[in-house]
Amino acid sequence: MLQIRNLHAKVADSEILRGIGLTVKAGEVHAIMGPNGSGKSTLAHVLSGRENYQVTAGEVTFQGRDLLQMIPEERAREGIFLAFQYPVEIPGVSTTYFLKAALNAVRKHRDLPELDAMDFLALIKEKMKVVEMDQGLLNRPINEGFSGGEKKRNEIFQMAVLDPKLAILDETDSGLDIDALRIVANGVNALRSAERAMIVITHYQRLLGYIVPDYVHVLFDGRIVKSGDKRLALELEEKGYAWIEDEQEKAQRAGA
Amino acid sequence: MSSAAQAKTLYESHFSEMEKGGLPNGKAWIRNLRERAMARFNGLGFPTSRNEEWKYTDVAPIANTVFQPARRGLDRDAADAAARAALGSFEACRLVFVNGYYEPGLSSPRPPLEGVEISSLAAALEGDGGWLEPHLARYAGYENHAFVALNTALMGDGAALYVPPGRILTEPIQLLFISVAGPEPAVSHPRILIVIGKGSQASVVESYLGAGEGVYLVNAVTELVIGENGVVEHYKLQRESERAYHIATLQAHLAGSANFSSHSIALGGILARNEINAVLDGEGCECALNGLYLASGEQHVDNHTRIDHVKPHGTSRELYKGVLDGKARGIFNGKIYVHKAAHKTDAKQTNKNLLLSRGAWVDTKPQLEIYNNDVKCSHGSTIGQLDQDAIFYLRSRGIGVETARSLLTYAFASDIINRIKIEPMRVQLDRLLAGKFQADSPAGREP
Repeated sequence: MLQIRNLHAKVADSEILRGIGLTVKAGEVHAIMGPNGSGKSTLAHVLSGRENYQVTAGEVTFQGRDLLQMIPEERAREGIFLAFQYPVEIPGVSTTYFLKAALNAVRKHRDLPELDAMDFLALIKEKMKVVEMDQGLLNRPINEGFSGGEKKRNEIFQMAVLDPKLAILDETDSGLDIDALRIVANGVNALRSAERAMIVITHYQRLLGYIVPDYVHVLFDGRIVKSGDKRLALELEEKGYAWIEDEQEKAQRAGA
Repeated sequence: MSSAAQAKTLYESHFSEMEKGGLPNGKAWIRNLRERAMARFNGLGFPTSRNEEWKYTDVAPIANTVFQPARRGLDRDAADAAARAALGSFEACRLVFVNGYYEPGLSSPRPPLEGVEISSLAAALEGDGGWLEPHLARYAGYENHAFVALNTALMGDGAALYVPPGRILTEPIQLLFISVAGPEPAVSHPRILIVIGKGSQASVVESYLGAGEGVYLVNAVTELVIGENGVVEHYKLQRESERAYHIATLQAHLAGSANFSSHSIALGGILARNEINAVLDGEGCECALNGLYLASGEQHVDNHTRIDHVKPHGTSRELYKGVLDGKARGIFNGKIYVHKAAHKTDAKQTNKNLLLSRGAWVDTKPQLEIYNNDVKCSHGSTIGQLDQDAIFYLRSRGIGVETARSLLTYAFASDIINRIKIEPMRVQLDRLLAGKFQADSPAGREP
């Protein structure tokens, strides 16, 4: 579904991604872990098409198409969804209105008929259950005055409604208490399917106790330096990121 | 001849023409008032940018235009415009003016309650009008204001509303001023006097609309007097036509515990200035000034406000928002003046501007002048572009970039529209706004 080859990207003038390679197939859940500043969020933003991130080398294909040529809304319509680390507050636009506009833009792109108000309402009522979302929140302006947990639930709720092929969860667990984390993780698990792939970006192993990944990758200094299965996450939790740093230094010294 | 001398000659001629025409000029006090005001205009001349209060607005295009006095002119265009502006289906007591003159055929001036007097100003002046003399021109000072002086000297018609104490008007009163531009530039000077008795309540919608494509000037003055404990909602909707000049002053005077809210929506005209001054002249007054100005192309829109906290325990809230596109220029110049005796004043003033193009420009000048230590006052202003993070968030969900921009612009402006309490008017403006920004109504609770 997604193929990343030798991806290099910079923000302002500093190179953050220095040759990422990753293949994600339908149905798989990949966790990307790494210390702060390793490039995790940059990868998420580059995949979703954020401006200010400049790809300097490499290629990314999504379902056989060149992803890097697509503008952000086109990527979303093709089936990429980014759950933001910091969801944006938008005064004056209700979540329901926004989501209906988004869903119909996606459906139109996929040659599906637009949903009318009744059908849309029925759909969101069903999807609300996924993350125990409260109807009251949906009538409020997007994320305005929401708690951290409510914002993250709103992200997963949007994902449930938009039904993406590839979901990228950017530190969805950060700042959540254990109850909120459980609700969010349950929502994500309910959305796992054989047709959908997920990239779960996190700093902590904690989330991966709830969302069990098929693969774990460790990102360090803009490169994937280690890949493995879920046991790698546990090992990281135990030894800390210093372990990776030490290994990298040793490797560099050996190389030199 | 200098342009000041030209203006003097021109408006002197309007003045003598009016006298010959036998307009409601008969009573001595009115005649004296007009003469004093005319003399004052001649003394002042039109303001220049050297005048601090007119620093950002150059009225040379007005001073240099040879305007004719607007003529009575009910035609099809005017009638159509009136029908369009009917504000949905809401029931209202409605007075319609064409080119500044009352048009009975388009109006429905049913007196809302016993004792309430509502009529054209001309009729009120011709009639008994005993209540007019103590109020007319007693609030909107013409000593230092050329346009108010000119209006006072040349006011031909307008509206007069008197609500005795203890009356609650449930229906809004709509005053609709339609200007039909002819081949020659014309000027009208609508004048409105509203007196609200102790404990009474009313809401008034003042709408200005243009028909035709020519140049005209509307120079309007509204005086609003609110008795003790009175409540007034005032709405001003300015939708003049593209080449129109619109200069207006609303002067509100509040007695103790009175509550005044103003909503100014400025959309039209090539050069528009809306001045709102409120004097909180009793203890415990409340005042809310809300404003929205949308301008594009070469439009120039100036919002000038002043709130005088004269007595203790007054509260004022002011929020003006502007959306400027093309090469439009917007101005917010708002002053809150807290007098020495006005302790426990609670005042807050905010101006926010959204610039949609590189060529758009805003001057914002929020000012506080405070002569009492025991007060809570704040002010602030912002000028910015659309939030890039918000645009990206919407796009990342599949919403196209243009739609995202429209949606956010609409959301910025709708904040003011949502404060309008008259539902049909709110709905109508919401649609207008949505149409302007090519969005449907995103604030709607129903998806």
